[in-house]
Amino acid sequence: MDTTLVERFDQDNIVVEKLDTLINWSRANSLWYFQFGLACCAIEMMAAAAPRHDLDRFGAIPRATPRQSDVMIVAGTVTLKMAERVKRLFEQMADPKYVISMGSCSNSGGPYWQYGYHVLKGVDLVVPVDVYVPGCPPRPEALLQGLLELQKKIKTETPLRKQV
Amino acid sequence: MNFADIIKFIETKTAGKFSIIEEREVILVSPANWAEISTLLKNESELDFDYLMCISSYDKGDNKTYGAAYNFFSLKKQHYLEVRVDTEDGTAIPSVTSLWQTANWHEREAYDMMGIQFEGHPNLKRILLSDDWEGYPLRKNFKEPDYYHGMPVPKDKSYWE
Repeated sequence: MDTTLVERFDQDNIVVEKLDTLINWSRANSLWYFQFGLACCAIEMMAAAAPRHDLDRFGAIPRATPRQSDVMIVAGTVTLKMAERVKRLFEQMADPKYVISMGSCSNSGGPYWQYGYHVLKGVDLVVPVDVYVPGCPPRPEALLQGLLELQKKIKTETPLRKQV
Repeated sequence: MNFADIIKFIETKTAGKFSIIEEREVILVSPANWAEISTLLKNESELDFDYLMCISSYDKGDNKTYGAAYNFFSLKKQHYLEVRVDTEDGTAIPSVTSLWQTANWHEREAYDMMGIQFEGHPNLKRILLSDDWEGYPLRKNFKEPDYYHGMPVPKDKSYWE
């Protein structure tokens, strides 16, 4: 819808499209992410947000409160102590809400897989994850791709119709 | 002062209250004498250990002997000393928080990870793990739990199959 929409406006200022598409379009392009980091992945997330990679151009800006956030980027090692907090913060976010699991640690426990007595073996054990970004840590480009994949996913949703 | 001089000096003040691990240049103190020796290290102007660099804890592997290793440095005299305090499980080591403020969190960490008790510590509770965590994870006989607050901590990964 994105580029074609502008072209169609050029012609006659009228666009006929499903309301679902309009809602998805606005949701996908204003993915405000929850500003918190758990470990070294957060450094890459900051790099992705900084001018060189510039998450802002995809409409993603950091919010410091779960109430205003649409997507939670779990950037780092989720310890068992932190997992409860992560879950609570996720529950405090308003719908629609999404989760990007960034890096090996939050995907599966990563280097703590075998002997980490204190690490949750994947953040998907406590919150529903939409996109997994592999890497240890992932490059900012990888996080950008994860965000774009999430946008693609959002654009396939049908928010006005009941989910089957 | 080098290690031999430091030993000689402490020997004159408190004879027979510590032993020496020669090959590692470490002195070994029992918990009963540690309060006296630590005060000496801090307050004696010849020694003047004003900087507690680190406290490490260790497990001797016999399920009862644990210990703390203190690394001291004197910024004024530019000399160094390592002290170890062995303790049978349950016997408290006197806290040195009143002498070096650094010891506050280091002793809490040693308590958190190795279960070493420190007598006279102002706030001896877990520093890293949750307050309701069971066991001391750096001990050799530590058994990781199967579940923690409903979250699986599986040893064998068949959970995912």
